[in-house]
Amino acid sequence: MVSPAHFIALSVILFVIGAVGVLVRRNAIVVFMCVELMLNAANLAFVTFARMHGQLDGQVIAFFVMVVAAAEVVVGLAILTSIFRARRSASVDDASLMKY
Amino acid sequence: MTATHPLILAGSAAETTRLVAYWILAIISIAAAIAMVLARRAVHCAVLLAVVMLSLAGLYIMLGAPFLAFVQVIVYTGAVLMLFLFVLMIVGITAADSIIETIRGQRMWAALSGIALLVLLSLVIGHAEIGGAAPNSAKFGNGNVTGLASLIFTKYLYPFEVISVLLIVAAIGAMVLAHRERTTPKPTQRELAARRIASGRPTPLPGPGTYAQHNAADMPALLPDGSQSELSVSPVLSGRSPQAPPELPGGAAPASPQETAGSLAGPPSEGSIARPASAGGQGAGEQ
Repeated sequence: MVSPAHFIALSVILFVIGAVGVLVRRNAIVVFMCVELMLNAANLAFVTFARMHGQLDGQVIAFFVMVVAAAEVVVGLAILTSIFRARRSASVDDASLMKY
Repeated sequence: MTATHPLILAGSAAETTRLVAYWILAIISIAAAIAMVLARRAVHCAVLLAVVMLSLAGLYIMLGAPFLAFVQVIVYTGAVLMLFLFVLMIVGITAADSIIETIRGQRMWAALSGIALLVLLSLVIGHAEIGGAAPNSAKFGNGNVTGLASLIFTKYLYPFEVISVLLIVAAIGAMVLAHRERTTPKPTQRELAARRIASGRPTPLPGPGTYAQHNAADMPALLPDGSQSELSVSPVLSGRSPQAPPELPGGAAPASPQETAGSLAGPPSEGSIARPASAGGQGAGEQ
């Protein structure tokens, strides 16, 4: 019997993997992909709660999260390409000009 | 009107199917997510993320969200991930993470905080009372799209409008950010020609050595003395497989990079890399 708890557990695991990826990886594009993974895990939780309560509101929120994620990716990747154009590198360690 | 699909319905006969499907999709998605964090090349990460997203689409179908499952495949995997791949091609496909830690102990602390987060979330989820699924209704089957539409256009109408504003702002922002202002005047054709003559190479770069050794575009062209021309391979292609030895047709021993470098000065060795340039056009099929 697949209960909603199964799906919540999977969502937690995927979220943690994405968070560790954000902390570990230094290529900015891969960091973005890990953020996408975290958003997907959150979506899975929303859809599961929608199924649990028998209401479609969770699915609507998941839909909105998808739209926001698409907008975030578009702007983020545009910033990335302009950073790459300026300094020929996509590593998050190289963009540290304001640190010193 | 009721849903008819066995994965959506919670009938007793379909329960085993659902369990098997859940475990297959869960294991695939977790394995792909872990491999995504560990993969060094960004392209591999993108492909593995696509695997995670597709298996999540399968889970959405199981949870009675067919509309979201298709949006996941079409918008997420189809559009967002392709955008990632586009940017990867712009930034350079060779962009691999270096293994050196710039901050000491970063990985250890990241792993520790990941475990801490996992423990925290598991405790919270474990203490929460997560009940069973609500009884089936048409909202999670054939009436899913209708139900979502009636929610979006009544209860969530205002957030929906705000989301459309957000999308417009994001589109304009991407155009502004990716736009490059020209700081120097555009070079004329005369200036380009003068620059080209002054550069010392008035001719175009040599084409790739397709058919010289192999019928692939990432093979270097052979110079008249049998050596390989590094200029003839696009740096994108040579960066993609830096250590792959060229495979020769017809079972000839592949020339290792050292061998190839050694043969630059010496006489061309028989049959392996250096066929006379006149035979290059016809030879690839014979041997």
